[in-house]
Amino acid sequence: MDKDDTLTKAAQAAESAQTMTGAQMVIRALKDQGVTHIFGYPGGAVLPIYDALFQVEGITHVLVRHEQGAVHAAEGYARSTGKPGVVLVTSGPGATNAVTGLTDALMDSIPLVVLTGQVPTHLIGTDAFQECDTVGITRPCTKHNWLVKNVGDLSRVLHEAFEIATTGRPGPVVVDIPKDVQFQTGSYLGPQSIHHRTYRPKTDPDLSSIVKAVEMMAAAKKPVFYTGGGLINSGPEASALLRELVDLTGFPVTSTLMGLGAFPASRPEWLGMLGMHGTWEANHAMHDCDLMICLGARFDDRCTGKVSSFSPKSKKIHLDIDASQINKIVRVDLPIVADATKALREMIRFWKSQKHKVQGAALKDWWAQIDQWRGKKSLSYRNSDSIIKPQYAIDRLYELTKHRKDVYVTTEVGQHQMWAAQRFHFNEPNHWMTSGGLGTMGYGLPAAVGVQMAHPDALVIDIAGEASVQMTMQEMSTAIQYDLPIKIFILNNEYMGMVRQWQEILHGKRYSHSYSEALPDFVKMADAFGCVGLRAEKPSELDGKIQEMLDVRRPVLFDVRVDPTENCYPMIPSGAAHNEMLLSPDDGGEISDAGKMLV
Amino acid sequence: MHDTKVKQSAENERHTLTVLVDNEAGVLARVVGLFSGRGYNIESLTVAEVDPMARTSRITIVTSGTPHVIEQIETQLRRLVPTHVVTNWTSAKAGIEREMALIKVAGTGEKRVEALRMADAFRARPVDTTHASFVFEITGAPAKIDSFIELMRPLGLVDVSRTGVAAISRGPEAM
Repeated sequence: MDKDDTLTKAAQAAESAQTMTGAQMVIRALKDQGVTHIFGYPGGAVLPIYDALFQVEGITHVLVRHEQGAVHAAEGYARSTGKPGVVLVTSGPGATNAVTGLTDALMDSIPLVVLTGQVPTHLIGTDAFQECDTVGITRPCTKHNWLVKNVGDLSRVLHEAFEIATTGRPGPVVVDIPKDVQFQTGSYLGPQSIHHRTYRPKTDPDLSSIVKAVEMMAAAKKPVFYTGGGLINSGPEASALLRELVDLTGFPVTSTLMGLGAFPASRPEWLGMLGMHGTWEANHAMHDCDLMICLGARFDDRCTGKVSSFSPKSKKIHLDIDASQINKIVRVDLPIVADATKALREMIRFWKSQKHKVQGAALKDWWAQIDQWRGKKSLSYRNSDSIIKPQYAIDRLYELTKHRKDVYVTTEVGQHQMWAAQRFHFNEPNHWMTSGGLGTMGYGLPAAVGVQMAHPDALVIDIAGEASVQMTMQEMSTAIQYDLPIKIFILNNEYMGMVRQWQEILHGKRYSHSYSEALPDFVKMADAFGCVGLRAEKPSELDGKIQEMLDVRRPVLFDVRVDPTENCYPMIPSGAAHNEMLLSPDDGGEISDAGKMLV
Repeated sequence: MHDTKVKQSAENERHTLTVLVDNEAGVLARVVGLFSGRGYNIESLTVAEVDPMARTSRITIVTSGTPHVIEQIETQLRRLVPTHVVTNWTSAKAGIEREMALIKVAGTGEKRVEALRMADAFRARPVDTTHASFVFEITGAPAKIDSFIELMRPLGLVDVSRTGVAAISRGPEAM
């Protein structure tokens, strides 16, 4: 046998090694993409993939109790690691149950690859058992999706799915795989052989815009950085670069709900969160600034308040990786379409090389003004020694955990979420996981499962409400099964608190269906799940119980009974501007008819 | 001082856009779903594969909205993964826009003769003829087809089928 022959044989062997079933391709592609964890739930149309998974080492599958939980867990995993979250569910109800999580991930730009089983190709369109039009249903709630009808396309689509989910503006993708395609054999292509035909996200900034941006910054007398989830998504380097840019300029920083942690809450330049429940100083700085530098945020209605009165005197720079966000809500003076890390790197480079200096005297005045606003102490509240105030509970939780570096906080949606955002201070990115855009009650518990899966030794706390937490409570079983010591810190006010607050302010205190009637006993429930149940009813017992929660290396359901009537302040009422905030119930404040129409 | 608020109240404008896309399954639903999901208008829509080798399809959409909405539509279309290129023939590039229609007119006597005379003036061609009816094929700018249809109405207009606008750039360049 000559040498050429041997080579051909070897090539053929390599070739034949690449021939496998569709189900095996799925597992192989996951491995080639570096996936170590997937969240899923089996069913008829994904059995071949589950069979392939059974026979492979190196991928941990987390069995959830509901597919929505799988997607939120994958989101928590993704947001706390920067890696894509991977989900495997069956056809029909498996796919439809995933829809809330997909929409949540799309709104918050979280990279997910969701694999759904589908009925075999010859049954598609026949109303077969557990058939649904998965790509049709998920088209508007994914960044992109595919129905793979031919095993020859499968490996390419899987690798494209990872590329699209994780690059540009990240987002969820769905790959729908009919059962017959999972059984068929075909050739597997590795990730390196994939080059998408049309998808080319723009990540490099236009340097002339960068030059202009730093000139505007050098000329600014009342500047503010307004940063969002885009900075977190760009990776930890973007957060580091923001800190460097603030070192160079001394400008104040505020963040959206999604952006918390990119800038340390412990630094003096930090103004706190902006928006509907943002701080007095953050919102007034936004309103009165002469230069707004928006980094990876999208002028969401929770942040802007009344758009026609939004920051009327400022020039605006808007950095976003997604061109469709530019001028969508607010007209900006200087758009920069780029990846935040690359753009910030260039901003710093030009700031230094062009030897820019800030307007020192003007900035001093600006900071004096900001200090005056800070003097309002807009996050203060009236504490009680007989009843636990929700704010106090979060303050204590923060105080008793702040010495640890590895604290990850997830939340559900509502008052507790806003109090957590205001009072639990973050110094690093990727440690705060909350449903921002979609506002999904039930997000926090499964998200905590995903976070703890990725960080087994970390302290993972879901700051929850008693209403939200019941939406995905079944995932406590998942936590037990995988020995995940998540802490579910329930601020139990017996109301859907934010709904109640709005009914109080907007609907004449008619509390229509917002009372949490027939609540379960969370301590007994914890017992039934096999985790630790705790309850605190008086402020004096709170610290001890929190410590007990932290000390036990098991999942905990902690029922913190808080003041049922407490409202979340400060608040920009619907239809009002940043400088029309309410600090307390005594502020009254008329809400316009137009405002009442808003959500 | 520039106007901070994105103008919502500006006049609606009609724009013709072309999107060149990969001809993959569901791509039309993606484009149409974007319009319905975000509340944009579609006045006409024309789609066909234009390059079987490259497997690309060309979708031409006539839409209306404020300049701000039109700008949003363009950036949203560019964001779709299978999109190659988006061209606005109304604001960005000089193009030729044409539409074809089949128009059925039924009648006898003087009206029938008048319909045929009008068709001749509009360079509409009869493609089906019976003693009691014509089907005319007419090509041109949408406004021309509109006026032809209006003229046919009193003469026994029975049915109209329009293709929607197809557009292409002037000069030697592709879109």
